[in-house]
Amino acid sequence: MKIVIINYGAGNIQSIKFAIQRLGYEAILSNNEDEIRNADKVIFPGVGEASSAMKMLKSTGLDKVIPTLKQPVLGICLGMQLMCKYCEEGDTNGLNIFDVDVIKFNGNEKVPQIGWNQIENLKSDLFKGIKEKEYMYLVHSYYVPINNETIAVTNYGLKYASALREKNFYGVQFHPEKSSKAGAQILKNFLEL
Amino acid sequence: MLTKRIIPCLDIKNGRTVKGINFVDLRDAGDPVELAEIYANEGADELVFLDITATEQRRKTLAELVMNVAEKVNIPFTVGGGISSVEDVEILLNSGADKVSINSSAVKNPQLINDLAARFGSQCVVVAIDAKQIDGEWVVHLVGGKVPTDIKLFDWAKEVEQRGAGEILFTSMDHDGTKNGFANKALAYLSELVNIPIIASGGAGNMQHFTNTFIEGKADAALAASVFHFKEIEIKDLKNELKKKGIAVRL
Repeated sequence: MKIVIINYGAGNIQSIKFAIQRLGYEAILSNNEDEIRNADKVIFPGVGEASSAMKMLKSTGLDKVIPTLKQPVLGICLGMQLMCKYCEEGDTNGLNIFDVDVIKFNGNEKVPQIGWNQIENLKSDLFKGIKEKEYMYLVHSYYVPINNETIAVTNYGLKYASALREKNFYGVQFHPEKSSKAGAQILKNFLEL
Repeated sequence: MLTKRIIPCLDIKNGRTVKGINFVDLRDAGDPVELAEIYANEGADELVFLDITATEQRRKTLAELVMNVAEKVNIPFTVGGGISSVEDVEILLNSGADKVSINSSAVKNPQLINDLAARFGSQCVVVAIDAKQIDGEWVVHLVGGKVPTDIKLFDWAKEVEQRGAGEILFTSMDHDGTKNGFANKALAYLSELVNIPIIASGGAGNMQHFTNTFIEGKADAALAASVFHFKEIEIKDLKNELKKKGIAVRL
């Protein structure tokens, strides 16, 4: 199986590569269009600030490529947010794969949310073998409101979408590569879709 | 519900753990990677590696260690100690660290917090603050708590938040090493003052101390070293105990 982690300069790529390695697979890091198109599975990572990450993505031309991919694609954290229509952070237009805007937490809870929180209402093969209310590691200040693409929900002052799916595109707000055994299972599920 | 975090801290020198560590099941008591894996399996929520290496090779040794930890460990970890530039942080994050913690370098050059937050995002910037009470006032100290500054803890905490810190790791020098509990009054005040997570550090001696720091101290996470290293407290037992007290933890 050919697994590509999109390398555009915004993300804790090493951790994802190692997590895949622990599952017995090898992933390559690439920003080459042909290599990405030929992969069986594509992972779109991202940490940091939305507008600068989008700028880096555009400089590789991959903002045009990602929405046209046909194989399973998994956006992680900011990767998932950039796959949405619009991110409030840095007034950033996203890839418009998921039909929803990303907005800032604005309640009484501390921002960023940092730590382990539960995912529930799980609705995808991505969560095969994962129990309802399993804990995942999350770090984020902006969130995706629940829409009809939502396949997992988390509660942080309000209920929001912690995972999305639209056709072959998947997105998770949490970090499966940092979420212990359950996180590893989700990554494995994605690789074996 | 977001859970309270339990964070073991490992002191590192030349790529090895420093303090005597009482783990019979460790093949190599000085191997931080092996210890980190054990803690991760026991239910630690996060790890902190504090590097106290003072040699010229420190950058390289630390980056190698971070890479080795990232390869094996499936929970988040923070690296601190001697980090003073954007370049330092870039190397550590590229090697697989999730967050970095800065302390003295932030006091000497507060702009570093802004620069790191702008470049890598607030989520990976932990500002560690060591403070001690002098005449009833909490005063920020440098060099592992040895050198007093003229900065007040609460002013500094507010400032680091405004500059873009994602978390504050507060160590009370008055409590550190005493095993008499965390500085809960100051912690609770801090937690109300800023809107970013607070990690309590210094003073852990028994399980009740953790309960107290989460309830009275309103801490979001608690860090400790020796109680875990010497197995005075098992992380699994601690989390079960916290759950019994009604505190949200990941089990």
